[in-house]
Amino acid sequence: MLKIHQLHKSYPIGDSSLHVLKGIDLNIEEGEMVAIMGSSGSGKSTLLNIIGMLDEADSGEYILDGLPIKDLTEKKAAVYRNKFLGFIFQSFNLINYKNALENVALPLYYQGMNRKERQEKAMFHLEKVGLANWAEHLPKELSGGQKQRVAIARALAANPKLLLADEPTGALDTKTSHEIMEFIQQLNDEGKTILMVTHEEDIANMCKRIVRLRDGVIMEDKKINQVRAGQYV
Amino acid sequence: MFDLDLWREIFQSINKNRTRSLLSGFTVAFAILLFAILFGIANGLQNTFAEAFGTDANNSIVIFPGRTTKAHDGLQAGRQIQFKNEDHDFVLDEFGEKVQYITSKVNRNVTATFKGEKNGYEMRAVHPEYMFIENNVVSEGRYLNQNDLNNKTKVAVIGNVVNDELFLKETAIGKYISLNGISFKVVGVFTDDEGDNEERVIYVPLTTAQFLYGNNDFIDFMHLTYNPEMNSDQALAFGNDITKKLKERFSVARSDQRAIRVHNMAQGTKQVDMMTFGLTVIILVIGFGTLIAGVVGISNIMIFIVKERTKEIGIRKALGASPRSIVSIILLESIIITAIAGYVGLLIGVGVLEWVAPYLEQYFIKDPSVSNRLVVGATIVLIIAGAIAGYIPAKHASKIKPIVALRND
Repeated sequence: MLKIHQLHKSYPIGDSSLHVLKGIDLNIEEGEMVAIMGSSGSGKSTLLNIIGMLDEADSGEYILDGLPIKDLTEKKAAVYRNKFLGFIFQSFNLINYKNALENVALPLYYQGMNRKERQEKAMFHLEKVGLANWAEHLPKELSGGQKQRVAIARALAANPKLLLADEPTGALDTKTSHEIMEFIQQLNDEGKTILMVTHEEDIANMCKRIVRLRDGVIMEDKKINQVRAGQYV
Repeated sequence: MFDLDLWREIFQSINKNRTRSLLSGFTVAFAILLFAILFGIANGLQNTFAEAFGTDANNSIVIFPGRTTKAHDGLQAGRQIQFKNEDHDFVLDEFGEKVQYITSKVNRNVTATFKGEKNGYEMRAVHPEYMFIENNVVSEGRYLNQNDLNNKTKVAVIGNVVNDELFLKETAIGKYISLNGISFKVVGVFTDDEGDNEERVIYVPLTTAQFLYGNNDFIDFMHLTYNPEMNSDQALAFGNDITKKLKERFSVARSDQRAIRVHNMAQGTKQVDMMTFGLTVIILVIGFGTLIAGVVGISNIMIFIVKERTKEIGIRKALGASPRSIVSIILLESIIITAIAGYVGLLIGVGVLEWVAPYLEQYFIKDPSVSNRLVVGATIVLIIAGAIAGYIPAKHASKIKPIVALRND
């Protein structure tokens, strides 16, 4: 599903440069749920950005679903992001003047889907996250957990191959975190491939595999016994 | 291509951020308002000028003969110069292509009588072309024609005032009036928008007058209009040419200022042209200055808007928005705000002009107004201005990296 081979990335700082990723090799199969862990500066965010086509690697291979991702123009990257990837952010990143339904429908708009179809599909996904009754509400009228669920519905709307989550529970309290994780686990049970960046052990333990990064290299990559979030809720 | 969804996006963004949109619109509306008012006032001033100069052809040249003041070529000073029909032909032969219309004139004060009514008027014996030079309008009957001239017919075309004063109850056409005792048939009545004095006039064929009042071919002076395609400098040179040629013809010293006098309207036209030109330039400079200020204003606000929406644009890009779709959103928002606000400004400006117009007449501003052509032109300029104002911010927005959406701030 996702193959990364000898990925390097450095950022120029003044005259010298900072080598952030020093040869990453990573394979993720379909249906996996992977947590990328590491302290800040370990390169985990950079890795996620490259996987999310928000940033480009200096060297190395990145193949997503058999498609080599390289020499991306902005336009091509936009199309790929829209088709293959769903993003879930720590700070939800909903558009504040659009209601829940409109937020969920936005990726479909960029797919060129017509308005009626878009709204039906968006409604379907809102129902899936249990917020059908909140469709007309603006983000400021929703709680943190509800906002994240709207964001998840939006990430799912375009039916992506891979869900990328950047600290999806970082801004939520423990109880809400567990609710969100339970939902993400449910998605994974249904077969969605999920990749998340987190620095919380208990959240990482709810995935099926943990990849630990330090100073731009993978220190440890192991499968674990998934802790079900449902038991805490 | 008309993309309804794109417009929905834009109107939602404008509508949800009303204060912001209103503020940016205000700058443009105000600029256009000032522009419209300035333009209207300039138009009003020009109208006043146009009225002051009347509708006489303003490309006239009048040539008067006088008495020589200098001895020349063996001839004494104090000699009276007399124009004749052959001099009229001479001017036409020499300067044919530069002359639009030419007429010779003999002026007399006559006493006109019809039935019991009697009054003194100015009689002008002319060529038929005179109608165009004076911009007379025939309200009844006809004007003089070449036939009248050839046959020395005793016909007269009378001014509106003459008509009112002599023909109290009946129509003048076909009646005979007596001019200094000689009967003329009235064939037409004319009006002249320069006022009563110009309508207190009776026109008769030149040849008729020459035959009846002296049996000679003398003419008092010549009146011509130059080809309107000439600019005022060329027209002035043309006037000087005529003077020179006629001085040679009548053996008058070159430096003799009185023997042949040429009164060239181009002199005045040039001054009025310069003044109008100056006024137009000032108005254009001020107008475009305000317009540019408005464009810069909205451009500034759009840059601020893009800054404020950086995160939103990042999110949109992460969700799959192409750079082009980002550019169109920002650009179209700018164009719409500029066009609508500008149009409102224009309407208010035109409204203000209509409202104050009656109070401005005493300040030499008559009928200040903005033409339809200007309104259409201004609308096009506004759309272009909106595009210019939005271009840099839009380009800026399209370069925003979607990574900013990931930053947790």
